[in-house]
Amino acid sequence: MKNARFDATVLTLGFAFLYIPILILVIYSFNASRLVTVWGGFSLVWYQQMWSNQGLMDAAWVTARVALLSATIATILGTLAALTLVRFRKIPGRLLFSGMIYAPLVMPEVITGLSLLLLFVSLNVDRGFWTVVIAHTTFSMCYVAIVVQSRLLTFDRSLEEAALDLGCPPVKTFFRITLPLILPAVLAGWMLAFTLSLDDLVIANFNTGPGATTLPIKIYSQVRLGVTPEINAICTILIGLVAIGVIAASLATKRNELRRQRDEHAAAQG
Amino acid sequence: MAIDTLSPPLPPEPKVELADDAGRTNPARWLIVAIPYLWLLLFFAAPFLIIAKISLSDTAIAMPPYTPTFQGFGNLGTFFSQLDFENYAYLASDSIYIKSYLNSLRIAAISTVLLLLIGYPMALAMARAKTSLRPILVMMVILPFWTSFLIRVYAWIGILKPEGLLTVLFQSIGLMGEGEQVQIFRTDYAVFIGIVYSYLPFMVLPLYAALEKMDHTLLEAASDLGCPPWKAFWRITFPLSLPGVIAGSLICFIPITGEFVIPDLLGGADTLMIGKTLWTEFFNSRDWPLASAIAVILLAVLVLPIVYFQNQQQKAG
Repeated sequence: MKNARFDATVLTLGFAFLYIPILILVIYSFNASRLVTVWGGFSLVWYQQMWSNQGLMDAAWVTARVALLSATIATILGTLAALTLVRFRKIPGRLLFSGMIYAPLVMPEVITGLSLLLLFVSLNVDRGFWTVVIAHTTFSMCYVAIVVQSRLLTFDRSLEEAALDLGCPPVKTFFRITLPLILPAVLAGWMLAFTLSLDDLVIANFNTGPGATTLPIKIYSQVRLGVTPEINAICTILIGLVAIGVIAASLATKRNELRRQRDEHAAAQG
Repeated sequence: MAIDTLSPPLPPEPKVELADDAGRTNPARWLIVAIPYLWLLLFFAAPFLIIAKISLSDTAIAMPPYTPTFQGFGNLGTFFSQLDFENYAYLASDSIYIKSYLNSLRIAAISTVLLLLIGYPMALAMARAKTSLRPILVMMVILPFWTSFLIRVYAWIGILKPEGLLTVLFQSIGLMGEGEQVQIFRTDYAVFIGIVYSYLPFMVLPLYAALEKMDHTLLEAASDLGCPPWKAFWRITFPLSLPGVIAGSLICFIPITGEFVIPDLLGGADTLMIGKTLWTEFFNSRDWPLASAIAVILLAVLVLPIVYFQNQQQKAG
């Protein structure tokens, strides 16, 4: 069929465009030569150099801590925000609230970064580790809220109502019924928040201070000086970690899905 | 016979949940609302008031590098009297800023069209793929988005720079002579490539979501009635995918206008984009009030598309 051939061509070209640059970056992290254009044989020399680059390692450690903390806080706040959006539709100032959830998704980073920095300065807060955590929490909680919201919208309320009717207190109902059911979305939100934090250069650069240089800031300052294979090495490791995380998460979701289907089937067979 | 007598009665509308029938409120429920609400008010909304105030201040060689600073409510009168629109007048007087804004909008508009032209066929092909294949294709579009933005822009430097891989490729297939080099790096073309590359998943996913929901029997009906495929596309497929086109275009256009990383790493000295101009004023010239004024105007330029985007999201949510 003509459509099928067209579609296959489009997808091949599209995915080639998306993946070839990343692939090249990974391949050249193993290049013994310093030059991008010359293949000097396979080598792990840039990984060794990266490992012994104290500045880079410190930055990686800061980034990991910022991402863990901000993703966790953002997940809690974002889940609460999603509950507010879906369950409490008549709160005062709802339009303002939903506006504050959706706007950060498209707001240019330079504006978010600068405005938050000015807040910290006028409150006399010293910039550093915690200001970056707060900044990352603020924009990533909105992504979490969107992800959890879409799960809550397709959620079967009858289970919750059953628990409440049977006298289960609301808080307990939330932790025993609601949370387990929306958990995949909450975890997906956490992962999204985590990678957004790992990724962010602009907002972190505005809100960071002494001793809180994150990896993207470090990478950016080195990239400005020129391409070095050391950066390829650390990028390859980051890509590898993210790929493992995403694939593991999708496998876990798939397994849960299968188990749920089996359970439902078994229940129906009764 | 009325059809509704056959269907089970509808469940009652859920009550407003913050207060029960007697008007009592549950403190736990208020906390659910209040915690994220206050957080966003403090860290997202309040900063905009501060940025507006500082855009009216004067530069100073101090820390913080602007005056006046807030000295308590007793001095409120002098505080306000020192604010003025000098920074805005300066922005209007120097053509470099106006050019930056216009060029940012131009680059964002062209990029959005390019993204649609590349993203639409991809999304269409994904939506027409076998059902079993679709989740894998969606995964493949999302995966690059999970890897760092900075890394993906960085990857293009090695490809586009004059002594980079593209030159090597062109020379080896004979498109270029020994001495010739690809002159794309540090031009607007490189910026377009970087933007399209980085934002493609953001365009493909909303388009795919709209196209995937489409009822394919409509196309069959059109074809049975003798409508040629291209006409069926423009009369049926495209109009039905319009919400996806709008969502994808807004999700791309708005942040691209304020983009900093891509024009900074791939663009040339003459690639004026307002995100980069703001960054330079802030970090290099250390002129915080002027940077704030640039941000306020940028926000004013983008406020319509942002509000439109929010309305679309609210309808969808």
